[in-house]
Amino acid sequence: MNTIYQAQKIITMNPARPHVTHVAVRDGMILGAGTLEELEGWGEYELDQRFTDKILMPGFVEGHSHAMEGTLWSYTYVGYFDRMDPDGKTWSGVKSVAGVVARLQEANDKISDPDAPLTSWSLDPIYYDNERINRGHLDQVSTTRPVGVLHASGHILNVNSKALEIAGLLRTGIDNSGIPLGGDGLPTGELKGPEVMGLAAQHVGFNGGFLDCDEAGLINFGKLCVRSGVTTATDLAARLQQDSVDMMQRVVGQDNYPMRLVSLLFHSGVAPTDLIARALEIKKQSTEKLRLGMIKIVADGSIQGFSARMRAPGYYNGAPNGLWYISPEHLKQILGDSLKNGLHVHTHTNGDEATELLLDTMEKCLLKYPAPDHRFTIQHCQLADTAQFRRIAKLGLCVNFFANHHFYWGDEHYKLTVGPERALRMNACATALKHGVPIAIHSDAPVTPLGPLFTAWCAINRLTASGRVQGEFERIGVAEALYAITLGAAYTLKLDGEVGSIETGKRADFAVLEDDPETIGADRIKDVKVWGTVQGGRIFAASEL
Amino acid sequence: MNQAIPVTVIGGYLGSGKTTLVNHLLRNANGKRLAIMVNEFGELPIDEDLIEATGDDIISLAGGCVCCSFGSDLMEAMTALSKLSPKPDNVILEASGVALPGTIAGTLSLLPGFAVDGVLVLVDAETIRTLASDKYMADTIKRQLADADLVLVNKIDLVSGDALEALWGWLPALAPNAKIIETERSVAPSSVVLQNFIQSDPDKFSGVFEHGVGFETRLLTVEECVDANKFAQALIIENPRLVRAKGFVNDVGGHMKTIQIVGKRFEISTAPESVSSGLVLILSP
Repeated sequence: MNTIYQAQKIITMNPARPHVTHVAVRDGMILGAGTLEELEGWGEYELDQRFTDKILMPGFVEGHSHAMEGTLWSYTYVGYFDRMDPDGKTWSGVKSVAGVVARLQEANDKISDPDAPLTSWSLDPIYYDNERINRGHLDQVSTTRPVGVLHASGHILNVNSKALEIAGLLRTGIDNSGIPLGGDGLPTGELKGPEVMGLAAQHVGFNGGFLDCDEAGLINFGKLCVRSGVTTATDLAARLQQDSVDMMQRVVGQDNYPMRLVSLLFHSGVAPTDLIARALEIKKQSTEKLRLGMIKIVADGSIQGFSARMRAPGYYNGAPNGLWYISPEHLKQILGDSLKNGLHVHTHTNGDEATELLLDTMEKCLLKYPAPDHRFTIQHCQLADTAQFRRIAKLGLCVNFFANHHFYWGDEHYKLTVGPERALRMNACATALKHGVPIAIHSDAPVTPLGPLFTAWCAINRLTASGRVQGEFERIGVAEALYAITLGAAYTLKLDGEVGSIETGKRADFAVLEDDPETIGADRIKDVKVWGTVQGGRIFAASEL
Repeated sequence: MNQAIPVTVIGGYLGSGKTTLVNHLLRNANGKRLAIMVNEFGELPIDEDLIEATGDDIISLAGGCVCCSFGSDLMEAMTALSKLSPKPDNVILEASGVALPGTIAGTLSLLPGFAVDGVLVLVDAETIRTLASDKYMADTIKRQLADADLVLVNKIDLVSGDALEALWGWLPALAPNAKIIETERSVAPSSVVLQNFIQSDPDKFSGVFEHGVGFETRLLTVEECVDANKFAQALIIENPRLVRAKGFVNDVGGHMKTIQIVGKRFEISTAPESVSSGLVLILSP
């Protein structure tokens, strides 16, 4: 039997009939979108009117997130901004160092095992006038269990004295730029950069399989997707060992699991030939709800961590150039062999030099292995200039911009990392579109919260946390932003034929909204309330998760 | 307290001969248990005839040696390594081609249970100058060289005498903290790469001892009391061919001190009890 849903308004993203009131669904597939009269022709139906006061959109597609966002919620959130957890509870943002300590003390009281670490995440001292947290603050939480607080950027870890002691770092004479010392010659407890963070991370609950999501985390991630209207999300860099793939199949395959997961195989720690072989192997294990076989390469680091690879004139504050996380030879081998084998690659570049290397390498690889519709995608691509966008368009690459970054760290980029001029052109959505580059926009959850409507708001308004419009020229319109979080992101995953619009033959994936993003006003799109989702014809109300 | 396991970090770009060196060291392990840490198990990280059993993250090798891949979490892999029983005698960390070995060594030096033995960077005599002016890799290559205690100029058999001479005119300025050694096919004595391969008991030595590839081991007797710091500094300056040294001197303070030298860097520490003074020097050809 067919179900015909009636809605206040259905935004289809199909330009031939952009707005309708009814959509007919059978076995998880959209039969058609139109008027009730038109859809009656599909045969016997049941009219479902639960959405008559709702706005339906195609289920949102998050093209760059990490399922471990779901795992992080088993730890204590100490971010500056309000953030909703998988169960729908909004954790208020913590506005001061004292507030962080209080939040952690509360969490500490709830742990019964005296030796268990207290793990927390999303600290951002740039909003505390850069008042640094030190081990003294965290010792107020506990002197007997290790306490660790991961910064929102993911590049700094704060620990207490106990954690330093376990790591063998509570001593004088340490000479390492990643480990600031206090007046007493002992470490302050701030550990900067992935290497030195690693010294204590395992003692405060952040272990090595950190990028891999666990079962409970994956379930939580699904809930977060429902709450933000997402029906297809990426898990952008996973190790995807077989036990992990089996776990994902089991979780995602359950009837009540609300979304489609696209998990990409991470290049790091795997030799190029093994990477290709593994990608081909797991590609065969793809199912409707778990898509496998894509590859994620990370070419450089991050801008705020000063590890992104920058072209001249480099960092605004004079910091030395960042780090390569792959050699040009291996990049070429992976890109070339992927083209040859029909594999699909997304590459992280933050700095414009990393982007330049990617473009040079793609050009060579495409001459050797021409691929008319490869859709290789540059993830982040935050600092590309116009000349690079012209090349990106010519090479058939897509770009998925880190639009949220602008809001959270835009002020820092302006003042410190890349300086005013390049800060204005960061995440240049408008320039990319002008040059015909297919784009998406993303949250990189858990780095910033999952929420495509918020991401759209960021790209439309380009406001920083301090309220400045930064890069007015690169703002995009509401329609362009809504396209980017639906069909745009689907295109980068080669899923635009299946999802991203409400049209005949596509999956019945909808974001169910309380407000209309097309009329609420460009400055208020982030305030559109999400009722829940429909995924493959199954209904998920956020309030009933 | 357990003795710290020495870690030697081997850096250098792709194709410089790191894997060949590791295999050479394994073949000359002399009964010591070496633990080789690699970023990933690439194509043939270890010569096949040395492999006894292969697991997901660990390969068992002949003579009680192991090879581990650390992937994205080096510190966790090192912690796992420190729990092996019996413990390895040496850790040799083969850094990826784009990694900065000095940064890795700096972090490892803070890890309990391990002590950094030195940073060795291999360069391919044929390609290093091109690489060092590469649009993308130049600064990475230069930072690798700047971090080095020892630079092995490898594959010298593939370049002309003139080219090699030109290289000597250029390389020292880029590796100001390193001693530079020439090799073919990564053949360097274990005692050059690994400090604890120096036969550090001076009593067992008499005079000069030649290695097959032109390296020389020499015993230096030091009867008088010396200022250990000044003595080590002078040793480095006065012996351009000195690449490593290990031994004991009577310090002016009246205590016996251990001196360890790698390249141009030295460390002074309190000597174990009842050792006699004297140093073993390893000199390059």
